[in-house]
Amino acid sequence: MKKYTYKDKKDTRSGFGDAITLLGNSNEKVVALTADVTGSVKMGTFAQQHPQRFFNVGIQEANMIGMAAGLTLEDKIPFAATFAEFISGRVYDQVRQAVAYSEKNVKICASHAGLTVGEDGATHQALEDLGMMKMLPGMVVINPCDYNQTKAATLAIAAYKGPVYLRFGRPKVPNFTPENQNFEIGKAVVLNEGNDVSIFATGHLVWPAIEAAEKLEAEGISVDLINIHTIKPLDEKAVLASAQKTGAVVTCEEHNRIGGLGESIAGFLATTQPTPQTFVAVNDRFGESGTGEELMHKYGLDAEGVYKAAKKVLTQK
Amino acid sequence: MSDKNIEKYPSQIRRDIVRMVHDVQSGHPGGSLGTVEFFTALFFDILDINPKKFSIKSTGEDTFILSNGHITPVYYSTLARRGYFDVKELATFRRLGSRLQGHPSVHDGLPGIRIASGSLGQGLSVALGVAQGKKLNHDKHLVYTLHGDGELQEGQIWEAVLYAGAKGIDNLIATVDYNNAQIDGTVDQVLSLGDLKAKFEAFNWTVVDLKKGNDLAAVLSGLKQAQALTGKGKPVAVLLHTKMGYGVDFMQGDYHWHGKALNDAQLAKALAQLPETLGDY
Repeated sequence: MKKYTYKDKKDTRSGFGDAITLLGNSNEKVVALTADVTGSVKMGTFAQQHPQRFFNVGIQEANMIGMAAGLTLEDKIPFAATFAEFISGRVYDQVRQAVAYSEKNVKICASHAGLTVGEDGATHQALEDLGMMKMLPGMVVINPCDYNQTKAATLAIAAYKGPVYLRFGRPKVPNFTPENQNFEIGKAVVLNEGNDVSIFATGHLVWPAIEAAEKLEAEGISVDLINIHTIKPLDEKAVLASAQKTGAVVTCEEHNRIGGLGESIAGFLATTQPTPQTFVAVNDRFGESGTGEELMHKYGLDAEGVYKAAKKVLTQK
Repeated sequence: MSDKNIEKYPSQIRRDIVRMVHDVQSGHPGGSLGTVEFFTALFFDILDINPKKFSIKSTGEDTFILSNGHITPVYYSTLARRGYFDVKELATFRRLGSRLQGHPSVHDGLPGIRIASGSLGQGLSVALGVAQGKKLNHDKHLVYTLHGDGELQEGQIWEAVLYAGAKGIDNLIATVDYNNAQIDGTVDQVLSLGDLKAKFEAFNWTVVDLKKGNDLAAVLSGLKQAQALTGKGKPVAVLLHTKMGYGVDFMQGDYHWHGKALNDAQLAKALAQLPETLGDY
């Protein structure tokens, strides 16, 4: 297996923020909105450089989504950002009617997603957002894995016309994907080719999946490892090809197993290539306070969890 | 522009409303009938718009956002009569495959509509986005909205009211259909708005109290007064006093007509009160 290395750990939200800064200078149409969390979502530089195009709406997430939809009528490309929970569940009806059903070119940027927001606890740990968002017709749902990929994804969605939910997070994680990569929406990234088991991972679970794959490969188990950065539209071609090859699937995500990537893949394979599958995901419960690392370990969302899930599914082939 | 036939529209639009709702036996005639003078004044005089060159983008023209989306009968009739689409299409209202959905959509490509509404309370926020966008584009055109008074019970409205007042969004005229009627009764009975004028003023808005909301000349003059108040650092609210069901004697002032269709006899009775001024669809 190819050895993946990284120079530093960085937070994916900073990849978003650095891309927003670039977009601010390169595209006059880009406007940024946030709801009193400018620093947390890394919009500070944009706000400083383009005060006219920056809207801090206060603690008004619903109003922010409506405003973003309205700004598209005036030919703007709005990036609205706050914590994932408050830009998904809290404003689901606004996103559904004013953005998705109205087919508006709004970029819904969801920071601090998942368990890794840590000590704030369950109120702030969005574990249902991917499911809610993928259920909306026409919504593109993206969950990149590291700083470089989040930066590339942010630049890519500015060029894409249509509603997008972009999910990223707070912790510093290995920044291992190439700098200045070309991000192709809906295109899975094969990290390792193998024949015994497919591991599909998204977001913060991609690095632990790499670590698990290394351990499995060392034991002689050949792993087909794929980074699914776009939950919707799912790269069905890549999923099908891999499942046909290995006959065993592991899915990994920082999300409820209900509604997440695993469910998308299970639903797709059930109708094309029924395949044994194990889920590395939160098992239909709320999170809790703790460090991000502690929580990911407790809920089995780490390299050990992925390794065990792979061993288990291999017994079901 | 001012349409020289402007006085002929209200009766014809009311005929369209009752016929559309009767035909499909569903829809919302009450608020539609009550706001006919507002829609007539807006679309045939006040707004600087270009129906023949409709674009989903609102750049370079005045923009109207309907927030209480259920009053599609008056909205669709007005759009058709203003030339956005053929009046014959009004016959498809709420039918399978129609562009005239029960509540406004852009998904179906009906010219004149730029945002979906129906789930209440969202239109003012959308209008704020348009208004901010127009400022960024150095476009002097204005943004207009319409809301139900019952709709003002939604929390998001007050987020937007707070924002607009605090940020001085002064290229915006928000009109409230102040008919004191909602599905379950009068607004006062269900959840009173209290002193609405004082509430808007407390949020740093300028308020035009338009008492004769079913008098076309009064509505025209009230909206022109509102126009003159824009550009002065504050958003403008128009409290448009109307009667639900106005123009049909047995419907007027009765909240039960919020979302109820007329039967055959009621339709005949209603049409007898509404002269056909511009030709039925």
